[in-house]
Amino acid sequence: MSDIQIVGAPAGVEGAGFFATSLDKAVGMARANSLWPLPFATSCCGIEFMATMASHYDLSRFGAERLSFSPRQADLLMVMGTIAKKMGPVLRQVYLQMAEPRWVMAVGACASSGGIFDTYSVLQGIDEIIPVDVYVPGCPPRPEAIIDGFMHIQDLVRTESTRRRETPEYQKLLSSYGIQ
Amino acid sequence: MGKITNEELLNNINTQFGDRVTVVGEPFGLLTLETTKEQISDLLGFLKNSPVLQFIYLTDITAVHYPEQELTIGVIYHLHSLVNNVRVRIKVFIDGENCHIPTATNLWEGANWMERETYDYFGVIFDGHPDLRRILNVDDMTAFPMRKEFPLEDPNRVDKKDYFFGR
Repeated sequence: MSDIQIVGAPAGVEGAGFFATSLDKAVGMARANSLWPLPFATSCCGIEFMATMASHYDLSRFGAERLSFSPRQADLLMVMGTIAKKMGPVLRQVYLQMAEPRWVMAVGACASSGGIFDTYSVLQGIDEIIPVDVYVPGCPPRPEAIIDGFMHIQDLVRTESTRRRETPEYQKLLSSYGIQ
Repeated sequence: MGKITNEELLNNINTQFGDRVTVVGEPFGLLTLETTKEQISDLLGFLKNSPVLQFIYLTDITAVHYPEQELTIGVIYHLHSLVNNVRVRIKVFIDGENCHIPTATNLWEGANWMERETYDYFGVIFDGHPDLRRILNVDDMTAFPMRKEFPLEDPNRVDKKDYFFGR
């Protein structure tokens, strides 16, 4: 008997020979369990991410074993490490190249707030230039924390409407960053 | 030990420059001289091209900001004579508002990036430099971050505001 766990069906109406649920739930379930992360790793949090991806912590259990090093195929931008002000436009460009739906996770103190680098050359949190969905605290965070943050992203993906990009709140958020 | 002592080095400089170069001190055996921006090109050229001294290697150019002094910016040159195994440090103090000093790129190609860095952080303008623009910081930066009046902490920082700590 295999102990592989399979994601349970979303809430719906079940009967003889049919199962009905809303498209939002089915799509959300599919998306949440096949997120393609783009690791934007600039420093030590990236080392923790390597551990998270490796066999011991194994992020692929969550359907994220396919790292996308092209932003065009990525669903989740994971920013891990200090972002210098000179790197800011590069990060923003990577975010702009991602297709909707897209999510952003700021891993570690530096990506979230600038961390110990409260100085002229370092961006004081990536949310100065791009919107962030989940912040993971820690300097660096342990792989468990990164996985916890990833599971929060999954919750967002599972429960958000299929066309988040068309909601007025999301449009407003993006325009506050000068995007679109 | 170097092949020439600081005393011999100083005698060589004094016969050429006299009182236009002054000795600041000799901390840790490193002869430290001070001169003016009018003399610095001649002095560097002499030290490099003198067949006896042969300071052919430019170790570093940097600057220091002393807001309490009349001439607020000190430009510091470190030279190394690989032949004689001896080093020397030269200081030039210039006005912080009108920060001009002649370039050393005509003597050492390596001075190019050192002067760009010094310009980037202190706003020292090296006259005659072929391409004096910022080298490390973002191009649209308007301040010179190593000057003392520049705030140490980034003003955009939000999580260290006093009201988070009941102050």
